[in-house]
Amino acid sequence: MAEEKIISEEAYREIEEMFHHVPKKSATCIEALKVVQKYHRWVSDERLKELAKFLEMTPHELDSIATFYNMIFRRPVGRHTIHVCNSVSCWIMGYEAISGYLKKKLAIDYGQTTPDDRFTLLPIPCLGACDHAPTMIIDEDLYRDLTVEKIDGILENYK
Amino acid sequence: MERPLTQHIKKDGSVLTLEEYEKVGGYSALKKALKSTPDEIMEMVKNSSLRGRGGAGFPTGMKWSFVPRGANTVTPKYLVANGDEMEPGTFKDRLLVEGNPHQLIEGMIISSYAIQATIGYVFLRWAYHVAAERVEHALREAYNAGYLGKNILGSGYDLEMHLHTSVGRYMCGEETALLNALEGKRANPRNKPPFPQVSGLFGKPTIVNNVETLCNIPHIIANGVDWYKQISKSPGGGGTKLYGASGRVKTPGIWELPLGTSLREILEVHAGGMQDGYKFRGALPGGASTDFLTEDHLDVAMDFEEVPKAGSRLGTGTVIVMDDKTCPVGMCLALEKFFAQESCGFCTPCREGLPWTAKILLALEEGEGKMEDIDHLTYQTHYMAPGNTFCALAPGAMEPLQSALKYYREDFEKHIKEHRCTYR
Repeated sequence: MAEEKIISEEAYREIEEMFHHVPKKSATCIEALKVVQKYHRWVSDERLKELAKFLEMTPHELDSIATFYNMIFRRPVGRHTIHVCNSVSCWIMGYEAISGYLKKKLAIDYGQTTPDDRFTLLPIPCLGACDHAPTMIIDEDLYRDLTVEKIDGILENYK
Repeated sequence: MERPLTQHIKKDGSVLTLEEYEKVGGYSALKKALKSTPDEIMEMVKNSSLRGRGGAGFPTGMKWSFVPRGANTVTPKYLVANGDEMEPGTFKDRLLVEGNPHQLIEGMIISSYAIQATIGYVFLRWAYHVAAERVEHALREAYNAGYLGKNILGSGYDLEMHLHTSVGRYMCGEETALLNALEGKRANPRNKPPFPQVSGLFGKPTIVNNVETLCNIPHIIANGVDWYKQISKSPGGGGTKLYGASGRVKTPGIWELPLGTSLREILEVHAGGMQDGYKFRGALPGGASTDFLTEDHLDVAMDFEEVPKAGSRLGTGTVIVMDDKTCPVGMCLALEKFFAQESCGFCTPCREGLPWTAKILLALEEGEGKMEDIDHLTYQTHYMAPGNTFCALAPGAMEPLQSALKYYREDFEKHIKEHRCTYR
């Protein structure tokens, strides 16, 4: 029986397309990890091992990179990730009320996922929208000038 | 007042298309540049006294001149636009990339031509999803119009350009760490020398310039050195600067003003002064890693010479305002927690010193501080001073703390004496 691939064929095709403009396959590894996440939400040990082989790296080499960057998830995340900015301008403008409300409403702490797999809550340093603090980003959607009152309505957009 | 970089950026937040950009003179600077020699372009940029807008303020033309040129040099050479913009409190490059991506691309093509690079990268921070989409689209438009690819506009010059979106680490803003990230490695900084101009991306000559810096280039080429110098108020550098303000001011935002505009004008005229019920207590003039300035410094000209004389740095030019109801100790804690988290962990003083600093500040905030903690904090600012660490991250992290200890010392002492944060 042929060895079963656990990273999808589409993901492999996307990664392969990046090989042409770099001198070695491993140079695409950050982009490749992002592609794996796009299709599989997070990077499991099995997928990490498989991807490392594809990129001609050792799993440890690839893991040292995967664990270095904020946006590569080595643990399962929910269908939607909420990143709340906890950096200085948002701190001045009272982000703690926002994160406090989210934690209470979702009944989870930072780094946790709701039991229905809907949301993962994480802190993030600076989203580059400091003139509209406090801010958060859900998946790829930026929310600015946040108030506690706005949050329920925003969360409704994510099922 | 001239605003070359932002004059065509639309107020509604939509992007300037290629057609619209060309209509207002876009890519005419490229056409002009391709008729000059690379050395002539470099000479012009040198004479313009453009200084890097990413934070360090290094003269751009001089940086370029260290790239080996001529027939027998190593190839390919690279040019990278640094759009990582992870300095807390900074949001200027986002406006330039989202509003007018072709201005950046044109600046990159001209700059690449000057150093004879054949591959360019736009390095963007992960959070800028809108900017990334717009750059992807603009790159396709530029290829289709013959501004990128082989034999650009019949000049015989070839350049390919790619977008890389980061996966989030503050370190990526440091140019050698950025190059490691582009190579698919951990974003640890590299030893210098060799400098990237000689041995950069994949060991090849590379220039890394900030987005705002590169956006200046087409205007220098189109309008000339004399014009560029006279739109600045600063004797030490040409051009305009994107200044910003965040915190409790009436109208936070970003404004393109002559380089050397005073901090007072930025805060009182453009940011509309403090919100009702709040008083100005101090500000970090150029992002999280710059020293506090106080009310005594409001008339400082925000340029590369005058801000250092007041004890801080121009940095990114985006001001973080501290009001009288914000705790300076708490603000330092928010800052140092960030730096501790974002330390790459490569060198010991930074990896160990920053979490230690954050822990002491947390103790003060929680009412568990002791008088000797102030000495410990002071010690950290020396221990992580420039020259004691591998890169500029930890020394930058110490800048707001060392100045807070100087200007707001009574707040630190009060936290300790009263065993609580006195602002809550």
